[in-house]
Amino acid sequence: MEKIIAGKSVAVNEEGYLTDFKQWDESIAKELAAEAEISLTPRHWEVLTYLQTEFKNEVPLSIRKIGKSGVVDIKEFYQLFPKAPLKTATKIAGIPKPASCI
Amino acid sequence: MKHLVILGAGTAGTMMANHLSHQLEKNDWKISIVDERKEHHYQPGYLFLPFDIYSPSDIIKSIDEFIPKNAELIRGSINKIAPKENKVHMEDGSELNYDVLIIATGAKIAPEETEGMKGIEWQKSVFDFYTFEGSLALRNKLRDWQGGKLVVHITEMPIKCPVAPLEFAFLADSFFKHKHMRDKVEITYVTPLSGAFTKPKATEALEHLLKEKNINIESDFAIEHVNNENKTIVDYGGRVIPFDILVTVPTNKGDEMIERSGMGDDLNYVPTHKATLQSKEYANIFVLGDASNIPASKAGSVAHFEAEILTDNILHYINGEPLKEEFDGHANCFIETGNGKALLIDFNYTHEPVEGSFPFAGIGPLRLLKESRMNHMGKLAFRWIYWNVLLKGTHIPFVSATMSESGKHYN
Ligand SMILES: Cc1cc2nc3c(=O)[nH]c(=O)nc-3n(C[C@H](O)[C@H](O)[C@H](O)COP(=O)(O)OP(=O)(O)OC[C@H]3O[C@@H](n4cnc5c(N)ncnc54)[C@H](O)[C@@H]3O)c2cc1C
Repeated sequence: MEKIIAGKSVAVNEEGYLTDFKQWDESIAKELAAEAEISLTPRHWEVLTYLQTEFKNEVPLSIRKIGKSGVVDIKEFYQLFPKAPLKTATKIAGIPKPASCI
Repeated sequence: MKHLVILGAGTAGTMMANHLSHQLEKNDWKISIVDERKEHHYQPGYLFLPFDIYSPSDIIKSIDEFIPKNAELIRGSINKIAPKENKVHMEDGSELNYDVLIIATGAKIAPEETEGMKGIEWQKSVFDFYTFEGSLALRNKLRDWQGGKLVVHITEMPIKCPVAPLEFAFLADSFFKHKHMRDKVEITYVTPLSGAFTKPKATEALEHLLKEKNINIESDFAIEHVNNENKTIVDYGGRVIPFDILVTVPTNKGDEMIERSGMGDDLNYVPTHKATLQSKEYANIFVLGDASNIPASKAGSVAHFEAEILTDNILHYINGEPLKEEFDGHANCFIETGNGKALLIDFNYTHEPVEGSFPFAGIGPLRLLKESRMNHMGKLAFRWIYWNVLLKGTHIPFVSATMSESGKHYN
């Protein structure tokens, strides 16, 4: 389905995750962050960029991996993206919600 | 004489030894299977032991009983694999040379990954039921427990048999009802997932059951530590959940041997092609069961379906033919829901569990994703099937290695 985010029409799934990363840009990230009541700081951007790189390299994401990434520890990850950080951060980053496999 | 070596004589390794002992040319191939244990455990039984439904003798048999005569059982601990030299180094210093290697060393719990989990309360008020010792200690605790807060908890995914903790919560509900003390026990199910299960349709059905049985659910909980003094679990977001008994499924990991061999990912699972079961790095190494990193359930039923396909692929490999990309992630699991009933789910990499009938479309007799007594009989029969059919590598009639879509209600 289509959704207007930051004035642009983008393709999203039923949970609101972008289905085409090519449509993502910083203004979309800002608006998705605002929906989650987060205002993005340079630290947020570092983490988002890291997540996008991992996604492009087809590395499956997990809380454990992020904690060991050296980019951010799990405590801080929770402070930056409260409650369910992996789900929130991937949504803002415009990449798929990690499938925590069966 | 060529040498095929199987590491691990658990569910998956034993099945492979049986399949291959019929298939490989006896004059050309020698089969060896290595394990450090004397006993083969029926791990699904660990779920029933705490509730006195099974006794230890239902769960434990000798490893030797299930190894085919023409395979050599080597007892000992594996130190590491040297994949570039086609060698396995044993703890006792001996070496095994192989032409083809099958890794089936499984997965096990690693409570030390979580701060405070293996603390002073371990096996006093903090338990696991993924080991025989843990399950037995929990049985002894539950026998005369007077009630309080029971917390059933998953540390992180993936875990073996991902429905087992839910089943534990359902069986606990039933157990305390029968003891006429359900009103004295508050049951809470705590999961790092966003809901009861990973697949939407099954999650819906299971959450409905949790509600019906008055079991609270706390989702999106990523544990940071266990506080042994206050008896609480605390997550990274600062959420605190108190317990009188914590039944946790600690982080699951592959064996350290995989790490020592430099062949694993961050949880010691071996990177494996998900459709052929060949190692991603070494053409003459194959991986099945819980030891691989493929995105399928870590379950005995999955290992069974894998073994049928892997047997063909080993023969293809030996004959220099292309491998079949056939494994579809097929899993088939009974979910005990208490009070003599169970659910059944059947799914694969691409198709989530849905309602329908199994194994015969429109007939059953088993019902998918619906509670029934027949499904419960199926779960109990699974133990007999495990010892007498699965381990021997016999094909289960009417149930194919790849999933069938007929009789299922996809929309
Ligand atoms: C509580 C619980 C409930 C379950 N319920 C179900 C269910 O209902 N249905 C279902 O299908 N599955 C169920 N499972 C999962 C099932 O038991 C496993 O998926 C299955 O046993 C995996 O087989 P495997 O051969 O890969 O590993 P295992 O059977 O664990 O075998 C691994 C073997 O390798 C040996 N080994 C490992 N490292 C070394 C070493 N360094 N040196 C020597 N030997 C070594 C071990 O001794 C062991 O014998 C359940 C599991 C648990 C824990």
